[in-house]
Amino acid sequence: MVVFFGEEGKIAGVGCVRKYWHVVNIGMQSNLTYRFNFLARTVFGLIPLIAILSVWRTIYGGKNPGSKVGTYTLAEMISYYLLITLVDALTAVNEDDWQIAADIKDGNISQFLLKPIDYLCYRLCLFFSGRLTYVAVAAAPLAIFILCLRRYFVLPPDWAAFGWFVVSIVLTAMLQFFSSFAMAMLAFWVLEVSTFIFILFAFEYIASGHLFPLDILPHGLQQALYYTPFPYQLYFPVSIYMGKARPADLVHGLMLQVFWVLAAYALARFAWNRGIKRYSAVGG
Amino acid sequence: MLIKIMDERLESGQRSGESGERGSETREAQGPAAHASRASHPASRLGRQVARYTSMYAALWKNSVTREMTFKTNFLLWILVELLWFALQLSFIGVLYLQTDHIGTWTKWQVVLLVGASHFIQQLFQAFFLLNCTNLSELVRSGKLDFLLLLPVNSRFVVSFRQVDLGAYVNAASAAGVMVYAARQLHLVPSPMQTLGFLVLSVAGIAIHYSLMFLLASISFWTVRAQGIVWGYYNLFNIARLPDEAFHGLFKALFTFAIPMLLVSNVPARLLADKLSSPKPVLLLLLMSVVCFCVSEWGWRVSLRRYTSASA
Repeated sequence: MVVFFGEEGKIAGVGCVRKYWHVVNIGMQSNLTYRFNFLARTVFGLIPLIAILSVWRTIYGGKNPGSKVGTYTLAEMISYYLLITLVDALTAVNEDDWQIAADIKDGNISQFLLKPIDYLCYRLCLFFSGRLTYVAVAAAPLAIFILCLRRYFVLPPDWAAFGWFVVSIVLTAMLQFFSSFAMAMLAFWVLEVSTFIFILFAFEYIASGHLFPLDILPHGLQQALYYTPFPYQLYFPVSIYMGKARPADLVHGLMLQVFWVLAAYALARFAWNRGIKRYSAVGG
Repeated sequence: MLIKIMDERLESGQRSGESGERGSETREAQGPAAHASRASHPASRLGRQVARYTSMYAALWKNSVTREMTFKTNFLLWILVELLWFALQLSFIGVLYLQTDHIGTWTKWQVVLLVGASHFIQQLFQAFFLLNCTNLSELVRSGKLDFLLLLPVNSRFVVSFRQVDLGAYVNAASAAGVMVYAARQLHLVPSPMQTLGFLVLSVAGIAIHYSLMFLLASISFWTVRAQGIVWGYYNLFNIARLPDEAFHGLFKALFTFAIPMLLVSNVPARLLADKLSSPKPVLLLLLMSVVCFCVSEWGWRVSLRRYTSASA
């Protein structure tokens, strides 16, 4: 009996993996149709990056040679922006939030309520496949760009830092996804979610370190920011790579990052459960 | 999602297009006398055309107001979004100037003036053209362009001006406010000529944004999903608000002579801030705006020939 149940469970588990693997597969295929879009986005995205690097170079050029901005040398500053671009390519939600909101608005989620598929897992698979495809397309232009600037590209202080960098990237991706999912759940309550998404994105853009390294800010502001989820959406893994996080900060930061991932996950699940109760399947 | 909203807006835009057509029909039916005079005096014909297009644009305006007022909260929220992003750009400048007190020869408040000018120009471009440019690929994809081509007006006019983004006027006003504040910090008192010059150069800047974006949007006649490309143009706005002295070499040449982003708002801001050492950049900006417009007109004509319509 026990064996029987065990087998059953195993089969169910394998079936589950296979089911969602299928979703990943389909996701990659549909994402590949937008490969030109992805490529255009990456290449165009490099233009403002070059511009911002030029501005920093001019700022450093106006100072005494060898001087620093915050704790950053020019090479570190350039590396910072390259790493931000890299981590962003690996973890940013593309159009997932808008697609989820559209699924809710158009009644497309009805089919998932009838099938033995968990919508959150389904979207997570699609997000994963989306990132895989995006990185595959963006890899070439990004690699060329980084190669061109290789003499400014600093390496992590040691392998441990690199390892934690990778762990933190995975957490960053999950945080990005769960918070976008939770945000998209607003579609159960309001008709038009894009303004809300853009408002949140504006805060995320400045407070996650997209525009500048957060540790050049005044100390108090910096400390306050570390208690919001934003730095863990981009800045934190980069600071680990660059060795800017001391060991104590590293453990503390990783714990906070895990906390925010769990919080975002809980919020996403909670909002989904509440939303489903309100859901009226318009047009579905 | 954004595309979806635009699609909805497009539906109502269609109606406005139709009303425009009706307007022109009544004008057409004014009698043979009108026809005769039109044939005899080219000058009065031009005047009549201008009046006709102005009244058409007024109709499109009215339509946009009605449309926006049906979603008031959404309208206000979009203004808030733009204000927030503008504030974000300004805080970035604030952070940069925590670390230095000049970028090239640009001081903090001069750069604020530049960011304001850039936002002013970008928002006015958005008010008139942005939605229409991004909609073009959707018009091509769905075949709805048919209806616009059939109208007895200049196709480019109706494609470019169909929708007015009213919120952008509010945001342009906020940009003007920031510019005034920055000018006061700099103890600048622009002469009427300087202000007039600034406005003329702004128009040239808007013309450059419009021409380039329209040219990019025309690519949708070749590849149906051109939104990525149009999106890409958004990245270029980021360059327009940075001080030109930060750039050198190939990058500077490319964004001055091919895609004149470094002229669009830098030259008007320099004019206001008394930072022009010679009239050359002004002439270059004016020249580039004409060149860009001509190229985009050529691109539009070539592209339109490829249009095959999607389904009937």
